[in-house]
Amino acid sequence: MNFSLARTSLMAEADLVGIAGERAVCDPRGVLYFPELRLLAVSDLHLEKGSSFARRGALIPPYDTGATLLRLQAVISDYQPAIVISLGDSFHDGGGAGRMHQSFRERLEALMAGRDWFWIAGNHDPDAPADLPGDTVRELAIGALLFRHEPSKVRVEGEISGHLHPCARIVQRGRSVRRRCFAADGGRMIMPAFGAYTGSLNVLDHAYAGLFRRETLMAYMLGAERIFAISGSMLRPG
Amino acid sequence: MAARRGSGGRRPLPSPRKRGEERALRSLFVPNLLGVLALSRYLWRVTEQPRLAEQNAAVVLPEPFVRWFAQKGWAPRAHQIELLARTQAGQSVLLIAPTGAGKTLAGFMPSLTELADRPRRKPGQAHRGIHTLYISPLKALAVDIERNLGKPVEEIGLPVTIETRTGDTPSHKRQRQKLVPPDILLTTPEQLALLIAAPDARRFFEDLRYVVLDELHSLVISKRGHLLALGLARLRNYVPKLQTIGLSATVAEPDELRRWLVSQNPLGGMAELITVVGGAKPDISILDSQERVPWSGHSARYAIPEIYEAIKKHRTTLLFVNTRSQAELLFQELWRANEDSLPIALHHGSLDVGQRRRVEKAMGENALRAIVATSTLDLGIDWGDVDLVVHVGAPKGASRLAQRIGRANHRMDEPSKAILIPANRFEVLECRAALDANYLGAQDTPPLIKGALDVLSQHVLGVACGAPFDADLLFEEVRSAAPYAALERETFDRVVDFVATGGYALKNYERYARIRKTVDGLWRVSHPRVAQQYRLNVGTIVEMPELNVRYVKQGRGMAGRGGPVLGKIEEYFAETLRPGDNFLFAGKVLRFEGIRENECVVSSGAGANIIVPSYAGGKFPLSTYLAEQVRGMLADSNRWQALPEQVADWLRLQKEKSVLPKRGDLLVETFPRGNRHYMVAYPFEGRLAHQTLGMLLTRRLERVGARPLGFVATDYSLAVWALDDMAALFKAKKPSLAALFDEDMLGDDLEAWLNDSWMLKRTFRTCAVIAGLIEKRYPGQEKSGRQVTVSADLIYDVLRSHEPDHILLQATRTDASAGLLDVSRLAEMLSRVRGRIVHKHLDQISPLAIPVMLEIGKEPVNGGANETLLMEAADLVEEAMGRR
Repeated sequence: MNFSLARTSLMAEADLVGIAGERAVCDPRGVLYFPELRLLAVSDLHLEKGSSFARRGALIPPYDTGATLLRLQAVISDYQPAIVISLGDSFHDGGGAGRMHQSFRERLEALMAGRDWFWIAGNHDPDAPADLPGDTVRELAIGALLFRHEPSKVRVEGEISGHLHPCARIVQRGRSVRRRCFAADGGRMIMPAFGAYTGSLNVLDHAYAGLFRRETLMAYMLGAERIFAISGSMLRPG
Repeated sequence: MAARRGSGGRRPLPSPRKRGEERALRSLFVPNLLGVLALSRYLWRVTEQPRLAEQNAAVVLPEPFVRWFAQKGWAPRAHQIELLARTQAGQSVLLIAPTGAGKTLAGFMPSLTELADRPRRKPGQAHRGIHTLYISPLKALAVDIERNLGKPVEEIGLPVTIETRTGDTPSHKRQRQKLVPPDILLTTPEQLALLIAAPDARRFFEDLRYVVLDELHSLVISKRGHLLALGLARLRNYVPKLQTIGLSATVAEPDELRRWLVSQNPLGGMAELITVVGGAKPDISILDSQERVPWSGHSARYAIPEIYEAIKKHRTTLLFVNTRSQAELLFQELWRANEDSLPIALHHGSLDVGQRRRVEKAMGENALRAIVATSTLDLGIDWGDVDLVVHVGAPKGASRLAQRIGRANHRMDEPSKAILIPANRFEVLECRAALDANYLGAQDTPPLIKGALDVLSQHVLGVACGAPFDADLLFEEVRSAAPYAALERETFDRVVDFVATGGYALKNYERYARIRKTVDGLWRVSHPRVAQQYRLNVGTIVEMPELNVRYVKQGRGMAGRGGPVLGKIEEYFAETLRPGDNFLFAGKVLRFEGIRENECVVSSGAGANIIVPSYAGGKFPLSTYLAEQVRGMLADSNRWQALPEQVADWLRLQKEKSVLPKRGDLLVETFPRGNRHYMVAYPFEGRLAHQTLGMLLTRRLERVGARPLGFVATDYSLAVWALDDMAALFKAKKPSLAALFDEDMLGDDLEAWLNDSWMLKRTFRTCAVIAGLIEKRYPGQEKSGRQVTVSADLIYDVLRSHEPDHILLQATRTDASAGLLDVSRLAEMLSRVRGRIVHKHLDQISPLAIPVMLEIGKEPVNGGANETLLMEAADLVEEAMGRR
């Protein structure tokens, strides 16, 4: 396999996380990369969330799609993946792809060119995005891994999902730090939301009830330059 | 009907009297009948005005009033008659009088007299619109006025209806008010904005004659004041002859308020001014404690026994503190000392409304011996029989001190009595300076700032919700409001563009416009939903996210339900608590059980290690004027005689070991300690300006390789510590001290730091909510609304990187510079001390440096430190897993 130096340094041994036997890099920018598969997974892009709000009267800045694509461009150019899986809620609503500014569409298409690109259907975007290449699927199994948007209630080993926008919170020396995180217990993982306007939900919220084995739950919290692996027992709700 | 001297058996109107006569006359009065009439401790004197007598002769006081005054054995006050005369001549008026002067009755005299003469409505005739609008900053004040005004109106037998309209008014009453408006409507700036945004606004206000603005000095300095000024401009558009009556405490620049009250088209117009000067000087002293006054801290715990003795010696004592945390602490300490179980109560803005109303009621009935309060009790509500004001901590501003002391004593001709309790040694100086500054306290009211653009955006949308507008005409109207008198057309157009489509360079939202210009050239709301959204988000007060504090039975834990709500606590504080932690709130020790939805569940707590919640905001910085006084006192050893011996000793010691700066100088000391090097500067410019200075100095020191480790700021001084010897750097001129403190730090350094500052994010959130970009959050929405809301922080990050010149970012930077950062004050200081920096290198810490050095480690450092905390937590995991 062909790694550039920059990419190798991104994959320090400590950042490699095991999921059902496969090893992946949790990148502090919020993407998951499987070096052996040359597969990059990204979740909850929520493209065109700004314009979705604007439709309902909240005229928040129309730059979220651009900002999200710029960050996506950076990770794709670092890893040069052969396969990209967008884990659902890629667009904030069904009309999102149709509303996308032409310049953004062109940028997205340039990113997609030359790779296998899978749109996994999410609750916000159940149908294939309008006029964009890539395959739209409900879920995707690759080796021991199963990629889907919503984590299933029945435990599936090797499942990688999104939807819940996990974040984690710790309190250290009387101060509270909250960050987006990858939540994993060795068997399954829920990815952080990638979109510029996406909020997050604490991994201890009842929405996650029954999804993880509490004793092995880890939150891989996103730092500015690195991932911080925090044991589930240290996390705080809220 | 004109009441003239000696005419027709009516009681003659008084001309301004000499002191002795005044006293004799006033002894006939029953004090405090009105509450607002408050024939109080002050001897009133209307400022000399040559035209006065002539005008007063023409004053119309209707018969029922004359009879009423006669029945009571009273005469109207000189300033009341004066005000009546001016308004009857068609003028707007600013009445300035100290707190408790009976301003409010004066303010209503023009309305009441006019309404008394108005023919009654015949059956079948259309209902008349509002005659007088009264606007106060506090809901409670509006309610208070309704009660107090009702009595004389009834006694005089006036056919006048008075009603309140606040956020608490039920909707059926609001609707009825629209159909059958009262003659006098008592309300708040937010409600006025809502009334203006209603489609029937013009008709509703067409009979309006007067707008009475109470506590104007406190209204005008905030964004609420900007919103109100714009509302007034709109009202003047409906009723060009509208007259305003502003009631204010003493201020530094009365002309600013006079302009504020009238249209600024033509520019520079001013309301008439009537000033009432208080006669009896308040009796203020500084506690000369037998105990040792501490070096630092704000609790004043040392003085508790002496405070308690003072409470015992007086009927009712009002204890003011500067922050809610201090209020909780002081209350707790007083009850610990309260061997006689005196009724001592607590009152601050985070407590449940019901609880606050109970305290206010008990206070009105004189059932309390002491009340510990923050600024929630600051404004003009006169309650009970307070005969002593205790101010714990330094007053931070002489005006604030005067306001608060005005609370004491409603007995005639007795001076107000107040004791100041400095919490530390620098506060002793500050208290002394506040006293020497004289009791008038007008000198340091903040200057008015230019109208905020986020508020203007809200107003423009509100206007459109009411009726279609023409941009040219609205621009003229907005410019007639004093805060916006200098607004440029280009900025106004950008605001309109922002309201319409967000005002972005990327024109993506044309089809979603909230307002649109139609073919007739008028801007209209594009959808009824826009007006609904506007109504939910009106106002300029944006709270930090808060949680209700719900009290449940002990032992029930999170399963407990249905207990009382004690008040609200800021979310970020609740988040640092662990179940089982004990903290102080509402005067109780509470055990934290957990967070459930928007509630912080607590039970009865006990034990040591009690945490006191900190609250964002609420700490006032030292006023410029007082700072100047404190510097003057330090420089002049003759004035130290007035100081307590232990404090004077401290200064003498400083003079011996180091130096005391001259009045205009900036002293900078350097000394080694442990294996660190310290630099302590004494600008006396207030905590906010010092924090900004600290950030900028450490950036610069880092650049020159001094390896700074941190800094801490107080109201008086600033300490920076580093690994390298800063004194050696200054000596080698790498850089010189003068270069380090050069004003150019306010350029790029400030800009670079600002962009990443959490303060700017917080300010942006406020601006975005006020401007209507994001919606106000209501309790319960915070956590569940993940899919529906976008956090202001995310919007800020995106907007800053894609359109840094956006109008909302511009508004944010303006706000932050003026508010949290106090940049203008820092700039003035840097320019003042140019060439006047005195450097003293010492072998060890100086006496003057002790207070700030004791603060080190108490304050959290924001910024990159968050990553360090994460690293620590991650390392704990590694350790536990045996990986290292």
